[in-house]
Amino acid sequence: MPSASTAIRTPEGVLNGASIIREIKASRIEFVVSVPDITTSEGLLRPLAQESEPRLIRVCKEDEGVGICAGLSYCGRRSLLLIQQTGLFDSINAIRGVAVEYGLPICMMVGLLEKEPGVPPRQSKRYGVRIVEPVLEAMGITYHEIEAEADVGKIAPAIGTAYAEMRPVVLLVGRRPS
Amino acid sequence: MMRRSDCLKVLARHVTDADIVLPVYSTAFDWIDIRPHPLNYLSHGAMGLASSHALGLALGRPDKRVIVLDGDGSLLMNLGSLVTIGAAAPPNLFHFVCENGTYEANGGHPIPGRDKIDFAGFARAAGYRVVYDFSDLGVFEQQIGAVLSETGPVFADLKISSSGQQERDYSRLHGPHVRKAFRDALTAS
Repeated sequence: MPSASTAIRTPEGVLNGASIIREIKASRIEFVVSVPDITTSEGLLRPLAQESEPRLIRVCKEDEGVGICAGLSYCGRRSLLLIQQTGLFDSINAIRGVAVEYGLPICMMVGLLEKEPGVPPRQSKRYGVRIVEPVLEAMGITYHEIEAEADVGKIAPAIGTAYAEMRPVVLLVGRRPS
Repeated sequence: MMRRSDCLKVLARHVTDADIVLPVYSTAFDWIDIRPHPLNYLSHGAMGLASSHALGLALGRPDKRVIVLDGDGSLLMNLGSLVTIGAAAPPNLFHFVCENGTYEANGGHPIPGRDKIDFAGFARAAGYRVVYDFSDLGVFEQQIGAVLSETGPVFADLKISSSGQQERDYSRLHGPHVRKAFRDALTAS
């Protein structure tokens, strides 16, 4: 079930994109499926696009990615859907049906557009940020906040658990990785 | 104009035990009666995502042909997948669309742009390597072997008539036993 971050958040905190990519690779992710997200654009997507592994699949819309990751999961191939929370909201029916009701390990890394660094999502002044965690809780989807470097260590265990228990997980990236 | 069941019977003669087939909605109910097989992938949710599941399977199992039997209404909900598939260019993906101009599983209402839009044109513009358009069963029967021998992604629009009422027991598509059977078969295959 949902887990709140225990990391201390400070406005001057940092999040290192290279650390996140290292965790993604340590999680044996072979495919990153993505629609660009401004929070993760420079620190994650751009460097990932320059590497041959994991293979980057650019999609037109986020719910496509849910289907692609589902197909890959049946093949025993691990994938990560890298999107923005607007795309998460747009894909709720696909996540509901394919990830939750079918019980598939759809792993989503979600950049939180316009979230204030250091501010917990629920305390954001932005409606589109405040509702993310309540929506995930209503859907029964486990999530983790990735806000500071200390949170990066959550990534590999979260993905591992999703595959072991055949259920989706969401990793909420709360600030722009460097 | 062809009958869907006739097209599927022709296709079934060319599908091997190694192939993965993803039939959608009304086509799925016809297909699982014509060709029941554990490598039929039937649980792809809703809103036109079958082609996206097919891309995932094609990328994950490049050793297998992945054949998606889409609907026109379904594809209209996920038109972007044509571009994604064209860009990813899986050589083992075969994308058929049964075009009857209606949302057959939801009351038979017409799709937007019926008789105006060109699915084969969409696929060609999106970057599919080979694109076909069939409206005659004899021609389809004559060419299907060659179609399935192409290097993909391949697209084929099948102009079919509406089939009308159909018994639809959705547990045959979405039941947990269906997904387990597919997973077990794919793992063993």
